[in-house]
Amino acid sequence: MQVSVSVSVSVSEENAEQEPAAQQVSAFLERRREQIAQRWADAALFRTVFTVSRDEAVEAGRAVAAALAAVAASGRLDDIRASGFEAVRDQLGRMAASRARTGIDPDGVAREVAALREPAAELLRAEFEDPNGPEALECVVALTVLMGTLRLVVMETAVSASEELIARQREQLHEVATPVIKLWESTVAVPLIGTLDSARSQVVMESLLDAIVAERARYAILDITGVPTVDSLVAQHLMKTVAAARLMGAECIVSGIRPAIAQTIVHLGIDLGTVLTRGSLADALAYALSRQGVGIGPVAPAGTAPAADAGVR
Amino acid sequence: MRAARHAAPATLPIGSDADLAWVRQQVRQAAAELGFGLVQQTKLVTAASELARNTLVHGGGGQVRITPLDTGQSQGLRLDFVDSGPGIRDLEQAMTDGYTSGGGLGLGLSGAKRLVHEFEVDSRPGEGTTVTVTAWATPVSPSRPGPP
Repeated sequence: MQVSVSVSVSVSEENAEQEPAAQQVSAFLERRREQIAQRWADAALFRTVFTVSRDEAVEAGRAVAAALAAVAASGRLDDIRASGFEAVRDQLGRMAASRARTGIDPDGVAREVAALREPAAELLRAEFEDPNGPEALECVVALTVLMGTLRLVVMETAVSASEELIARQREQLHEVATPVIKLWESTVAVPLIGTLDSARSQVVMESLLDAIVAERARYAILDITGVPTVDSLVAQHLMKTVAAARLMGAECIVSGIRPAIAQTIVHLGIDLGTVLTRGSLADALAYALSRQGVGIGPVAPAGTAPAADAGVR
Repeated sequence: MRAARHAAPATLPIGSDADLAWVRQQVRQAAAELGFGLVQQTKLVTAASELARNTLVHGGGGQVRITPLDTGQSQGLRLDFVDSGPGIRDLEQAMTDGYTSGGGLGLGLSGAKRLVHEFEVDSRPGEGTTVTVTAWATPVSPSRPGPP
């Protein structure tokens, strides 16, 4: 067992004639690991996470108790970076996350972790001849500090897990929300959805320009049906994208301008005169097709009408 | 939980692009709760977006206070955008269409003014800027002729 020098010195100065409380707690956690795990398996936190079998809960309880024993042995009772916690961090994070998923809020999780203290403290007190003697109290205090640290580790693990999740989802949003769709030969479209901030519009422009090259597109449609607010910055981004597409030799059509957006753009004073616009994506596609000499119409039943009526051109 | 917020003013921070999105959402929700029509909502949210971006870009961040108004006849929403940035040196110039100091289209202030019913700028060089706008769900139009 590794003993942190600074802590063990200060503790042993106070209890020169006896084993430091942290070491006693560590020894107790090792000795009574099985009983503690059994009791914890019945606590709300373990019981509700490991619903499949109680053995699983007991196993998890053993792992947590072993981790706590290792932390106590190192004397770093109040250090959430103590190496012993690393072993259970992943498991604790999963437990906290699973409780969060079932709709329990962070202080609910904190309460459930806090509830693990009493069963262990009870066992600890029973170890002493005088459960209220100074030695017993000192060990219970040490255990309480340790359990408080465990609570912090659980919360911290849960928070950093959700931060990671948010960062990942933000990245995904940038990627996912800007698919470039090939609608027809040399016609591509980007359905824009959500907020078009500078970062998003940069992604849109890049993927659109790439698609124009890859698909040898002559027509590019930017559909803004899913953009809730078109302010001057969004308009500027749109105009820049249109200008860039034009430089690549593609004609850009902005579609999906709703009546409320149209009125707002006019009041705002944005001049979209240089941008080709259409009310709906269908209109924009029809325009692009007609410019390519492709017409769409009902197919005449065979033998009743000449092919010229099929609507081509 | 939400109902209590209906008539109470709310203050939101403006410190990042993500805050701008949050401001837009909250303004839209507040306007919808007060019975604003879709066009009115869109106009006010767009004005809020312009002004909040000004607060962020030119004022170095600040906050917006969203205050529901009720005159008995009409429901309205007042938005105060407050920053403690450098202030606007030449307000007349800043209000001119096409004038920009930040590489934008130069329509932020002037455009926002056209999107709301009441508009007021209070700026002191070196101390900061407060832009206050008010929009009404059912605008009182004094020029509307009565029935014949």
